[in-house]
Amino acid sequence: MDKNFAERRRRELLLAACLAAVAALVPLFVKDVYVQNIMVLTLMYAALSQSWNILSGYCGQISLGHALYFGLGAYTTALLFTKFGVLPWFGMLGGGVISALIAMALGYPCFRLRGHYFVIATIVIAEIALLLFQNWNWAGAALGIDIPVRGDSWLKFQFTRSKLPYFYFALALAAVAWFVTWWLEDSKWGYWWRAVKDNPDAAESLGVVVFNSKMGAAAVSAFLVAVGGGFYAQFVSYIDPESVMGFQFSLLMALPAVLGGIGTLWGPMLGAVILIPLTELTRSFIGGSGRGVDLIVYGTLIVLISLARPTGLIGLFSRQRKAAAP
Amino acid sequence: MTAETIIQSLASGLLMGLLYGLIAVGLALIFGLMDVVNFAHGEFLMIAMYATFFLFAFFAIDPLLAAPLVAAALFVFGAAVYLLVVRFAMRAKANAGMVQIFSTFGLAIVMRGLAQFFFTPDYRSITHSWLGGKTISLGGIYLPEPQLMGALVSILAFVALYFFIHRTDFGRALEATREDNGAVALVGIDKNRVFALGWGLGAALVGLAGAIMAMFFYVYPDVGASFALIAYVTVALGGFGSVFGAFAGGIVVGLVEATTALVLPPSLKSVGIYAVYLLVVFVRPRGLFGSI
Repeated sequence: MDKNFAERRRRELLLAACLAAVAALVPLFVKDVYVQNIMVLTLMYAALSQSWNILSGYCGQISLGHALYFGLGAYTTALLFTKFGVLPWFGMLGGGVISALIAMALGYPCFRLRGHYFVIATIVIAEIALLLFQNWNWAGAALGIDIPVRGDSWLKFQFTRSKLPYFYFALALAAVAWFVTWWLEDSKWGYWWRAVKDNPDAAESLGVVVFNSKMGAAAVSAFLVAVGGGFYAQFVSYIDPESVMGFQFSLLMALPAVLGGIGTLWGPMLGAVILIPLTELTRSFIGGSGRGVDLIVYGTLIVLISLARPTGLIGLFSRQRKAAAP
Repeated sequence: MTAETIIQSLASGLLMGLLYGLIAVGLALIFGLMDVVNFAHGEFLMIAMYATFFLFAFFAIDPLLAAPLVAAALFVFGAAVYLLVVRFAMRAKANAGMVQIFSTFGLAIVMRGLAQFFFTPDYRSITHSWLGGKTISLGGIYLPEPQLMGALVSILAFVALYFFIHRTDFGRALEATREDNGAVALVGIDKNRVFALGWGLGAALVGLAGAIMAMFFYVYPDVGASFALIAYVTVALGGFGSVFGAFAGGIVVGLVEATTALVLPPSLKSVGIYAVYLLVVFVRPRGLFGSI
């Protein structure tokens, strides 16, 4: 069985490498800027959801406040660049570190809360941060920050003429988030997290330090989401509190994982590949007259999936695999 | 800041707090009954406000008269949501917590989308209702009549709820099901029926609140979101599931909000409420009035 397990993990790594290689070739054939834009967003949400999944899926601490880390990443990157001329690369890393530290500081009191008390605490904390940023004049308050264009370069991570560099960065981010999950899944952390999710009391009695393993999951999760936030700030080159720290981001990070399969390696990827293009396409096809149709479509999807397939769409694939190779 | 402004804002805070209690009590009732948080609670409030608005706009029915109609409609709606969605969510064997959260969250998103689609994202308001814009002066303190009526309705609703829970068969069945929903089957109580009625009652209460609020708040598709968060805080403060904890929690939230607005800029007034929530659950992880 051990051998099978190692074999399966190797195969998963190979599959991921193949998928990434194929994805990297797609822009050579798809030149349409609108479609490229959707692909960038899809990869970004795949990365975000994959990161969210570490804390909420694997460790079972459902956070609906991850917009906080996304916003912190975006703001750190944008503020460091516009106020001090620090390159976005350092901004993204700095935002990641700040977010990881804040996640642990918040985790210290929050991880004692269970169930709904925890979920509501995450919403409330992100909401407080949103209100503070909306009133923080130095950081542009509710008007936000316009990131000045200083010419296309990888050094400044700004590209006005082509979406491709953003595409490749988003692809790399999604790949890193996937790889971190893959790697942690089979580390002692991965086992701790699943034990904490299934039964924290039993885990504690078996010597898992529940509190520390939650802290670890929160830090990794927040770091990756913040890097995504920094990327988003560069990608859209204009941020304001509502557009990077609003509740909808917390939700948009959670939904792909829920749809694809919460607490699974491939769930967030699958969910993002279905959900994000679907949302963007319904939005543009139906257009301004039918505002809200995108909400109706993915809200319905979420209700149906969570009722009919609580383990997510990824379950469909694993069943087939089992049937094919008994 | 004079003593008068302080008393004035505390009085407004108290009135708003009583209304917060009424908004939150349905959530507390449902949670107490079956350990489920309805994440579409704010959207229940939203459709109640729209219903009141349209009854006024098309049939010139004043919100005060519309309130019982809206509450009755919401009762049916709440029971239907239980029978069509929540009943199935309760059966989930894998990821039970996640399923409960996201099935009602998904419903909230659908309801918001439908409201945007059919009613457009425009802000609507009811002008010239019987009480709209009128105020009463009590020793130099000005109290707007719609809010005063809201507070009165809230108190009456809680009194009625008290008698309902303690003096009627259905109320007793509700209490018994809350205690042990397996054992009630042995004495001939249909658990599903009690749950459906519980959802109906919870929705009817938030419907009542929505009808009152349509008199003095804008009605728009996202209106539920901010009030829902306040309702969760209220319910958590009161100790999840405690119906009368929601009443006390509402008053606390109203007063904290009013006090915050005195000290901080108005745009930050919700920060006080959220901070109090965090403070309370960090010190008492089961809320102010919750039993351990």
